[in-house]
Amino acid sequence: MADIRVMREDLRPPATPPRRHFISIKDITRDDIERLLATARTFERSLEREVKKLPTLKGRLVINVFYESSTRTSSSFELAAKRLSADTMSIKSSGSSVDKGESLKDTAITLGAYDPDVIVIRHPQIGAPQLVARVTEAHVVNAGDGKHQHPTQALLDLYTMREALGRLEGLHVAIVGDVLHSRVARSLIQALALVGAHVTLVGPPALLPREIEEMGCEATTEIGTIAGADVVYILRMQRERMQEGANYVPSLREYTTRWGVTPERLRPGQKVMHPGPMNRGVEIDPRVADHADALIETQVRAGLVTRMAVLYDLLTNGPIEVKTESVLEVA
Amino acid sequence: MLFGAEKTKENIVVRGARVLDPVAGIDALLDVRVDDGAIAALGTELDTNSHRVIEGEGLLLAPAFVDPHVHLRTPGREDEENIASGTAAAAAGGYCAILAMPNTDPVVDSAATLGSLIEAAHAEAEIPVGFLAAITKGQSGAELTEMAELAAAGAAGFTDDGMPVAAPGLMRRALQYGSVTGRRIALHCEETTLSRDGQMHEGAVSAELGFTGYPSVAESLMVERDLALAAYERQPLHLLHLSAWESVQALRRARAEGVEATGEVTPHHLCLTDEAIRSLDPNLKMNPPLRSGSDRTALIEGLKDGTITVIGTDHAPHARHEKDVPFEAAPFGVTGLETAFASLYTHLVDPGIIVLETLLERMSTGPARAYGLPEPRIAVGAQANLVLLDLNASYRITEETFRSRSVNSWLLGETVKGKVRATIAAGRLAFSA
Repeated sequence: MADIRVMREDLRPPATPPRRHFISIKDITRDDIERLLATARTFERSLEREVKKLPTLKGRLVINVFYESSTRTSSSFELAAKRLSADTMSIKSSGSSVDKGESLKDTAITLGAYDPDVIVIRHPQIGAPQLVARVTEAHVVNAGDGKHQHPTQALLDLYTMREALGRLEGLHVAIVGDVLHSRVARSLIQALALVGAHVTLVGPPALLPREIEEMGCEATTEIGTIAGADVVYILRMQRERMQEGANYVPSLREYTTRWGVTPERLRPGQKVMHPGPMNRGVEIDPRVADHADALIETQVRAGLVTRMAVLYDLLTNGPIEVKTESVLEVA
Repeated sequence: MLFGAEKTKENIVVRGARVLDPVAGIDALLDVRVDDGAIAALGTELDTNSHRVIEGEGLLLAPAFVDPHVHLRTPGREDEENIASGTAAAAAGGYCAILAMPNTDPVVDSAATLGSLIEAAHAEAEIPVGFLAAITKGQSGAELTEMAELAAAGAAGFTDDGMPVAAPGLMRRALQYGSVTGRRIALHCEETTLSRDGQMHEGAVSAELGFTGYPSVAESLMVERDLALAAYERQPLHLLHLSAWESVQALRRARAEGVEATGEVTPHHLCLTDEAIRSLDPNLKMNPPLRSGSDRTALIEGLKDGTITVIGTDHAPHARHEKDVPFEAAPFGVTGLETAFASLYTHLVDPGIIVLETLLERMSTGPARAYGLPEPRIAVGAQANLVLLDLNASYRITEETFRSRSVNSWLLGETVKGKVRATIAAGRLAFSA
């Protein structure tokens, strides 16, 4: 009689939950945020160990598809998947069939044929993740779609704020700069509203979208208001998204003079954040970027654990404690 | 100005329908007899002779519709629509006549191109079709077309639809010279330096979704300019697919001041607002874009008070693969010929927002008058242009229901009320279901 080997519970891939996506902050609740942040904290502790790999998503396939350049987001998604023992593939638009004119739909169907568990997509056009979700069977994670949403960035920003300030409820966050072109700002405004924080947008008139206050925040052109915030969140001036001759501001020089965040405009103890990549000397003074109150490097580390939490959550449908013993055994 | 295949005129009796022609002042249960394509008798218990009998009991018989704003995609994109498929779709939508826009490839800007379309219409059109010609050569906004020759060759009017005539000086010349043609000039009002890269209405929804906004002032500014030029030159004009409340207000004021201007609105602008864009469905992307609730309300008010006299579908077929992309990459335009009546009946008449008579008038007499086309009328001696409607039929719109070659409808999957049972166009039964 052949030996029947029963796989140990903790080694078995989690049962397949109903297909969920992480495309927009609009789709999730405060409970989801709390759960994801808690899961991320568990992973942060696991990363303090000497062997950092967890077996949790062994046998799962995560495909990263990036149609826009990215350092932080693409590297952290790839590492997050690897830390959870998933197989990963990364596709960049240049050097792929996209160069040959293949449509997003056809590329997605092609990748879908490999039965990926998760497709992480960044795309310059709003709605690309929804299209991928429609034509594949994978869980879809939005790693940035045009100017629309960047939900994992919002999550890592909340994680960073809570670690640094101990709370989210009642925090006052000033978001400074080019809100118009910023998917980071849109996701963050919604996420902060969900957790009960207060948001003030500050920037030049043409870069504050008309009726943006309807999202539940305040908007002002007065840079002095940032002094009243607990966190000053500085957005990148997205020169690549501004068409020639659009004249959002007369010049970067004038932008910097009027809206650049300098030590003089900050109050001691205020935390400073930036999603990167920074234009030092444009939206952020180098002295601010390098100061101890800047949480920019913390944000990058938070990116890894929150993205681990998102992948884990989508594939297991909820938080479970990471079992330390089994981790050490299989690693 | 209208061209169709020469087909046998028919002898038909429509029996026992509620006959409603608001302009003729008829609303009664009647039989209508059509002899050789013309209405020969209205009455009760008419002798059917050996005529084909269509039972109309429980149904509504009205003057058939006229759609002055259709993109037939011919020449150039016959994969999306051609004259045969577009006119078949129109017949299924209850239309007895349509006008095709000239923004094809090549643009209809010469008598030669127009002539080939008229020839094709004679061969394959299911219902009469007219063709508008371009105002400027290649619709490039630089040089006027030979408008007099085009009119003589059969152009139903002039438009650069899809594009504004950007230069005010050229717009003025078009109005001046257009007067010698006796044809209406129809304008797509858009100040492109304000709408550049715009994907949807600028407002709270675009702010949240991150789309580049296409502000309503991009339309209304051009509406004001064109009305000012029309007033100055004392020339008539027609404003295509209005979407903004400021435009409605400007048109109302100009008409009160005696400017001979007509206005058009589409079914989708009357039924939807920019809130719908949250679904990111590319079949909700069109130019001008869906606007706010107050804009929609103003369009409905304009339709009711007669500021807007024309409902045009702006039927804009697109290939499936071109719409099956992220919203931002999708082309502008949605289909409408086969769903116009049902969508408006469901969204406006059934909930009591407008009365049926207004809808019927704005879909038939209004458009015909704006372009000087024969008005469909239920009267003895008139050519038979009739639509038989079932106001109680409720059904789901699916891709399979379309006769158009394209399926980019904003109503896919929606359940609507009001079905076209038969269309008699130019004396011939063009559709029955």
